[in-house]
Amino acid sequence: MHILDIQNIRKSFGDNEVLKDISLTVDRGEVVSIIGPSGSGKSTLLRCATLLETMDSGTLRYMDEDVAFMDENDKLVYTKDLKKVRGYFGLVFQNFNLFPHYSVLKNVMDAPVHVQKRKPREVKEEALALLETMGLADRADAYPCQLSGGQKQRVSIVRALTMNPEILFFDEPTSALDPELTGEVLKVIKQLAEQSMTMVIVTHEMAFAHSISDRVIFMDGGVIVEQGTPQELFEGTKKDRTRQFLQNYKR
Amino acid sequence: MTLEVMLKTMGIGMLRTGGIFCLTLLGSLPLGMIVALLRKSRIKPVQWVIKIYISIMRGTPLMLQLLVWYFGPYYLFDLPIKGWRYPAIILGFVLNYAAYFAEIYRGGIESMSVGQYEAAQVLGYTKTQTFMKIILPQVIKTILPSVTNEVITLVKDTSLAFTLAYQEVFSLAKQISASQTSFIPFVVAGIFYYVANYAVAFVMERIEKALDYYQ
Ligand SMILES: Nc1ncnc2c1ncn2[C@@H]1O[C@H](COP(=O)(O)OP(=O)(O)OP(=O)(O)O)[C@@H](O)[C@H]1O
Ligand SMILES: [Mg+2]
Repeated sequence: MHILDIQNIRKSFGDNEVLKDISLTVDRGEVVSIIGPSGSGKSTLLRCATLLETMDSGTLRYMDEDVAFMDENDKLVYTKDLKKVRGYFGLVFQNFNLFPHYSVLKNVMDAPVHVQKRKPREVKEEALALLETMGLADRADAYPCQLSGGQKQRVSIVRALTMNPEILFFDEPTSALDPELTGEVLKVIKQLAEQSMTMVIVTHEMAFAHSISDRVIFMDGGVIVEQGTPQELFEGTKKDRTRQFLQNYKR
Repeated sequence: MTLEVMLKTMGIGMLRTGGIFCLTLLGSLPLGMIVALLRKSRIKPVQWVIKIYISIMRGTPLMLQLLVWYFGPYYLFDLPIKGWRYPAIILGFVLNYAAYFAEIYRGGIESMSVGQYEAAQVLGYTKTQTFMKIILPQVIKTILPSVTNEVITLVKDTSLAFTLAYQEVFSLAKQISASQTSFIPFVVAGIFYYVANYAVAFVMERIEKALDYYQ
């Protein structure tokens, strides 16, 4: 069983075809990084996978359940039970998108309690434990405006985790942070990798992608140009386009 | 007329003014939200109707609107005018202020970042939950200063009810002043409006302070 199974998805904004026939599967415990130049469609891919964007065609499955598929007339249909599907994944945004009027603890607890209808006491226990492991134990009662960027991002990771997702997506989780704060967030993601959390991470941090990933995907112009282990991609790429991108990056 | 009688009479007028004020807010604050949401309706004709309604409410004098609500049914549909004065006043005020509040709400709602909606959607909140729990509380905080302005304007606008010869503070002040050839009623009315607005500002500031715990 694949946690995530995307086949042949296409997405255009007007005349601009942003995803051109992308297929991708992710298995339990896998950490997949997606790299590529700006505008290559990385965010759009994540947004299609997390139902923030509706794709034009292709299939999308989580846990072997159809989420979006082509019907007999070759028309794309989405399943009715999107609520259940949303329980399978979490998404960490580049700019956190915490709820400013909620305290850290409420940010983390509110959805499990009011969306998943779990017992507040049980959720609170879990939330506090997670905040603790992320070094945020003493910030539970703070409001987002009182946190540093790195703390905000860690809270948003906890918020996603408290939903107990099968897979966690990250869209450039450190791009909005001051350079000296990226480390603390990357460390937390690394911790999750060690605990075998299934993750798909769009990132521009090449060293990080190299060290954390089971698989790296290089996207350009709306297609997956190449994918493989970090060694295969970063050290032994066979494609000129990948090499060019990586070289530009080093400079 | 002794000063005591004068003050008593005007006191009744003050209560009436307070009545218009309260009923207008009670009606227009929620109605404004409905109007603001309908303004964003997916059904085009609904959008148009709302747009026209708002532009008429904002583009014509409230005084004229009150006259239309009062005399309109009588001249146009031959409906009895007796007992229609007070309902016409409240209707006029509520519909007018709802339009202004709707625009304030709309501005507030549109100022929310899409990120808030997207975060809520990914977490599985329903549309209603997202609006009530995530968006609305933040909108209220951002629009509070504009609402305060509008409420202060309303305190003063209540005097327009004199157009329909309703005996609130302002009408009474005018009448008593004329009959008693005295300036005092105007002073009393002036103090009343000033104090009322002071109270409004005080309350609104309190509410703003209470929401100050986040940015
Ligand atoms: N909502 C939208 N409407 C129109 N065009 C869009 C929209 N979202 C993305 N695009 C376009 O799709 C293309 C891919 O964008 P996308 O954000 O997926 O790239 P990306 O790989 O994430 O880039 P970056 O590294 O800069 O984040 C770009 O050309 C962008 O302008
Ligand atoms: Mg992007």
